[in-house]
This record gives sequence, structure tokens and C-alpha cells, in this order.
Amino acid sequence: MTFFTDSLPIYLNGAWYTLMITVGGCALAFVISMIFGILGTMRSLVARAIATVYVEIFRGVAALVLMFWLFYAMPLLIGYRLEPVVAAILALGLNVGAYGAENVRGAINAVPRAQYEATVALNFEPLQRMRLVILPQAWAQMLPTFGNLVIELMKGSAVVSLIAVSDLTFVAQQMRTFTGETLLAFLAALIMYFILAQIFLFLTRMAERRANRRLGRLPDRPAKKRAIPSMAGVARGGES
Amino acid sequence: MPQSEQNIQDTIRPDASPDVPGPGDAVQQPLIRFEKVVKQYGDNVVLRELDFTVQPGQRVTLIGPSGSGKTTILRLLMTLEQIDGGVIWVNGDPLSHMYKGDHLVPANEKYQRAVRKKIGMVFQQFNLFPNMTVRRNITEAPIHSLGVPRGEADERAAELLDMVGLKERIDEHPTRLSGGQQQRVAIARALAMRPEILLLDEVTSALDPELVAGVLDVLREIARTTDITMLAVTHEMGFARDVSHRVLMFDHGRILEDGPPDQIFGEPREERTKSFLHAVLESG
Ligand SMILES: Nc1ncnc2c1ncn2[C@@H]1O[C@H](COP(=O)(O)OP(=O)(O)OP(=O)(O)O)[C@@H](O)[C@H]1O
Ligand SMILES: [Mg+2]
Repeated sequence: MTFFTDSLPIYLNGAWYTLMITVGGCALAFVISMIFGILGTMRSLVARAIATVYVEIFRGVAALVLMFWLFYAMPLLIGYRLEPVVAAILALGLNVGAYGAENVRGAINAVPRAQYEATVALNFEPLQRMRLVILPQAWAQMLPTFGNLVIELMKGSAVVSLIAVSDLTFVAQQMRTFTGETLLAFLAALIMYFILAQIFLFLTRMAERRANRRLGRLPDRPAKKRAIPSMAGVARGGES
Repeated sequence: MPQSEQNIQDTIRPDASPDVPGPGDAVQQPLIRFEKVVKQYGDNVVLRELDFTVQPGQRVTLIGPSGSGKTTILRLLMTLEQIDGGVIWVNGDPLSHMYKGDHLVPANEKYQRAVRKKIGMVFQQFNLFPNMTVRRNITEAPIHSLGVPRGEADERAAELLDMVGLKERIDEHPTRLSGGQQQRVAIARALAMRPEILLLDEVTSALDPELVAGVLDVLREIARTTDITMLAVTHEMGFARDVSHRVLMFDHGRILEDGPPDQIFGEPREERTKSFLHAVLESG
């Protein structure tokens, strides 16, 4: 127990780095997802080609290799070394953004065509169609996958330990070296990652619920509330 | 939209055509003119050089068997489909094309927005925006595409909702309304854009029978109190008889019969029209 209490501040510091890189990477990934996702739904062949090229390149590249490249190889080209944290955020954001773009593209394409046709009938400009009608409806569809990508990005952020950013994984390795408590050192990291993941999951679920409410979809009630068989029968009879 | 230069050159600005009298006696420039309009999906030629005109204020009902091209005509007018040949004119302006010097070339988005402003459409499945309240469904388009100030748009929305009998539902989500109520909101939404032409594609077909009358009453009211030009596809023959000046019977993308409702419904000339009307009345 003393292991945990003694090393808590160090782990919290590691969690802080993990959190920072995750949030930064997600912000970048989100912007990239939106840009290349929307480009991918446009009628223009050029726009779609740009989106496809981006997605195919960055989906295929491992975040780790991309990060090494940004951190070690780029300085040779531009003569300027990125901060390790910046290199990590860039690598994770560019990589996860490619998956996010596919998510955005799919969600936009899943909005019924009839909605698009209604925007034409009401003479909206193309940008207004997207902003006022299509994206708000696609948003609810995007969120579950975005939630998963946030978690993926957080787990992927462990690669930063390889360029000496003292994130959770880095801290765990150091604690193992210094204390020899291999089991405990990694158990503590597992718990911290788990807690972070729960926080992100909670936030995305809130966002999902909000998005569905805005579309007039009622949130799923917990099963308990309508489990009484006789009442359920009455309710169904009343609706029809 | 493969269309030969020659074909385009042939179609110069048409003069007022005297072939169809309007609701009044005076012959005016037609509000809508289909000129040798061709529409095909792959090898399936849906409209083959279709010609017809509609005068301002005229209310026209389109009838005909399934697949005869009624929806296609409305969708072409709403610019939801690309035209494959000929020209559609709205108020003397080509809808599908624009002038480049003396030539007609396929219209771009900006030009189409200008011409399309006159046209509104109500869909079979309502197509309300689920991400907006009833109020915003009605006000967003006037605000954003016509530049109407929000306060004015709100007032107009309240008026229109009052007219369709849904004043007190203004702040609800459309998903909370019945089909008939949603369709009445959709009608209000279309009218908020102050269209000169209203396209109605089987607007009661998706409704439960008991909800049909409410929607038809609203349309009757619009017919009575406005001079909006209407093109309606419907199987509600009683309604068509009451409100329309003219009925067009379509078959395989051609106009089989064209006349006032009393004639078409009372003494149809074509055998095909007779059997069609018989079938509709049978099922309705
Ligand atoms: N998107 C499409 N792709 C391919 N064919 C189509 C498409 N839309 C319509 N068609 C075809 O065009 C023809 C005319 O269709 P349209 O919807 O205009 O008929 P309609 O008169 O409205 O029929 P209904 O009474 O069933 O609504 C039909 O043969 C139909 O199969
Ligand atoms: Mg149809």
C-alpha cells in the first residue's frame, strides 16, 4: 500500500502528460476528421481525391513510426527539433484523424438523402446545408466512433514514452527500475489508464445523449423502469 | 446532361404561348414551360420530349399510373434531378440552363438558386429537419436563404402555424408530432419562403387515413386564399376535383389527356384514363 501512496504524485504527473497528449491529439484529430471527412463527401472529384489520399496515407502509417520520423528525421530536413510532446501530438492526431475522417464521411453519407433534398427545396446555400442540417444530424452518428477513437488515441499515446516524455507508461517503467516492484508498478499504471478511459467514456456518452435529445430521440430508459409486465402491456396498447 | 449544342441553340426565349388558357381569360406568359424535356435513367427513358405549360395561378393535378413520370416532373422542377434534354422555363427564365451570351449552357448552382427561389415543395415523407424545433424548421430557410430578419421570420412562422392549426406546438420537436401534423408543418415551412409555385408530391400518401382530411383542408385553404400556382400529384380525386383548374393524365411520360377536372373525371376521352380512374376509385 505504501507503494501506491508514496508514488501517487509521480503517477499523477504521468497521467497529466498522458491526458495532455490525448486531449491535444484529439483536438488535432477532430479538426482533421472534419476537414477530410467533409471533403470526402463532396461532389468535386478533386476534393474527394484529396480526402482519399490523406486517409490512405495516414491510416497506413503506424503512429509510432510517424512520431519517430517527426522527432528524429524531420530535424535533418528542416534543421529544427520539435518538442517531444508536439511530435507526439502531431503523430497521434494525424494518424487518428485519418480514421476520424472516415467516420465523418460515413456519418454524413448516412444522413438520409431526403434531408438534403429538403435543403435544396428551401434554397439553402451548399455551406448552409452542411452547417444547419447535415452536420447536426450526422453528429449523433459520429459520436460513438469518436468515443472509441479517443480511447484508442489515449492508449496509443504510450508510444511517447519512447521519446522520453514522462507519461504514465514512462513513469511505470521508471518505477519498476527504481523499486523493482514490477507487478505494482504496472498495476498502478493500469488503474490510472482505466480511470482516464472511464472519464473519456463518460464524457462521450453525455455528448451522445445530448445529441440524441437534440434530434428528438428519447434516451434509452434503464430497463428497470418499464419492466413491470402488466404495465408494459398497457402502455403498448395505449400507444397503438 | 449530354445535350447537343444544336439542340440548345434551337431553344431561344419563347414568347407567351397561347395553347393553354389560364384561370382568367387573358393569355399571359406561362409561369412554367416544359419544352421537349427528356429525362432518362440509364436506358429507361422516363420523359420523351415532354411539352406543357402552366399559367400563373393555375392549380394543376397530375394523375397517372405508377411509374408514369409524375414525381420526375416535380423533381425536375425542384432541380433535384438533372435534365437530359430540352429546357424547363420558369417565368421566362430557363431553370436548367442559363444564358452565356446568346447561348444556353447548363445552369450553375448560383444561377439555379436565383430561379429556384420561386419554387417550394412538400414531400410525401415530410422531410422535416429533426435537429430543429418546429419553429426553426419554418424560420431557418427565410432567415438564411432570403435574409429575412429573425423577428419577422418568427412572426410569420407563428401566423403560418396558426393557419395549419398547430400554433401551440411551435417549440416542440417535429418527431413528437403525428404524421399529419408533421405534414402541416412541412406545408407551413414551404409557404414561409413565399413561393410562387408549390409542388406537392402525394403529400397524404404516407398518412393514416384519419389524418388525411386535416392536411387536405389546409391545402384547400391555401387554394382559396392565395394565388399560388400548384402542381399536385395526388390520388385524392375529390380534392383534385375541388381545387384544381386542370388535370393532366400521364402515361409512360406523355400527357394522355389534359382538361378541366369535370371533363377528365366526368367524361374521360381515353380508355386508359377511364380504367386508371376506375382502378383508383376502386382502391380508394
Ligand atoms: N432514381 C431513379 N433511378 C432510376 N430510375 C428511376 C429513379 N427515379 C425514378 N425512376 C424511374 O422513372 C420512372 C418514373 O418514375 P416516377 O417516380 O416519376 O413515377 P410516378 O409517376 O411518380 O410513379 P408513382 O405513382 O409510383 O409515384 C419509373 O420507371 C421509375 O422506375
Ligand atoms: Mg411518384
